[in-house]
Amino acid sequence: MDKNRMKEVIAKRVAKEFEDGDLVNLGIGLPTLVANYISDDIDVTLQSENGFIGMGIAPESGKEDPNLTNAGSQPATIKSNGAFFDSATSFAIIRGGHLDYTVLGALQVDSKGNLANWMIPGKLVPGMGGAMDLVTGAKKVIVAMTHTSRGNIKILEECTLPLTAKNQVDLIITEMGVMEVTEEGIVLKEINPEFTIGDVKKLTEAKLIIPEKLKEMKIE
Amino acid sequence: MKKMRSLTEAMASVKDGMTIMVGGFLGVGSPDLLLEELIKNGVKDLTLIANDTSFEGQDYGELIVNKLVKKVYTSHIGTNRETGRQMNANELEVILTPQGTLAEQIRAAGAGLGAVVTPTGIGTVVEEGKQILEVDGKKFLVEKPLKADVALIRAKKADRSGNLIYDKSARNFNPIMAMAADLVIVQADEIVEPGELDPNFVMTPHIFVDFIVGDDQ
Repeated sequence: MDKNRMKEVIAKRVAKEFEDGDLVNLGIGLPTLVANYISDDIDVTLQSENGFIGMGIAPESGKEDPNLTNAGSQPATIKSNGAFFDSATSFAIIRGGHLDYTVLGALQVDSKGNLANWMIPGKLVPGMGGAMDLVTGAKKVIVAMTHTSRGNIKILEECTLPLTAKNQVDLIITEMGVMEVTEEGIVLKEINPEFTIGDVKKLTEAKLIIPEKLKEMKIE
Repeated sequence: MKKMRSLTEAMASVKDGMTIMVGGFLGVGSPDLLLEELIKNGVKDLTLIANDTSFEGQDYGELIVNKLVKKVYTSHIGTNRETGRQMNANELEVILTPQGTLAEQIRAAGAGLGAVVTPTGIGTVVEEGKQILEVDGKKFLVEKPLKADVALIRAKKADRSGNLIYDKSARNFNPIMAMAADLVIVQADEIVEPGELDPNFVMTPHIFVDFIVGDDQ
């Protein structure tokens, strides 16, 4: 599977998690693609942590507004029922349990639901931005990422990089399947039929619990 | 009280060694004219409080590039390579703080609160050296308020008494910073007379504002 198809599969599957009325924050990169696949039959409000709800599609070329950007400073639009607010209010929404889902990428995630996605000591120290608040405060945390990165295994027994938050991850969605973090460990809930259980296990360090009724990950 | 100032007059109040807050999110909503003047004045040894360190070549990103900052409280430095370089060379002290905590530390200072008690950062390196408070069986980090000598604010509209309105996502940290500094200097894109802004829609009440600089300087 090429990288673009992987991203598409992941984004499409994440989009299926949402229900009518949900408030969702999509992280920078792959998670942003999820917006393209949310069903028109449901009303999902997107939050942008730099200070608004009701984020719409990217503006047409020539219609960008320098004062209306997403959290990655890319030009954005706001829907007709959207609203702007300051950063304290934005993070009150995030931390205060008003956000149904946060979807973000990971460098590492582990069997206890720990997430590392903000630094590699000595190499990359961009800062955590809003990630720690998002992961701590959202009702459900979805890690959306390719199963491995440049051959490196990312779903581990225990994270080795500095954590973004402890025990907060609920779901891990990759091109290979959907995994749920439970008290007992990581359960493989759905598998992409293009892969076998053996394929998934080979690229996962954490022990995977395989339920009797393993579902197929359905992607159009 | 007269608040209108020329750019030169207003920015002469910012001196070496001061702590400054600068509104903006990756540069969006930052007072670029005030910052250009600050750089021109060569004010140094500043402590900067800002969401991020913006980009090289623009607004407060250039405070870092011009080496005017000795310490920065921020949530993200990844868009300005110079911040990382100075940090690794021990030329700049960088206090990385979760964005929501940073916003709340600033708000707390303006609101007269003694601390922020937040779940964010528990179980991470952010908790190192900080007090942990257990409330009803849940752990929280105690974070101190952040106050500044000067706040540099960007507004869309200001009336001459200092009531402010911000534009779209350019609002971000501006309103909370306007409440958390001893001296608040506003760069406004448009200046109007008192009475022209509907009091229902004023976002920062005039009592928080000290100096107003128009965009026509």
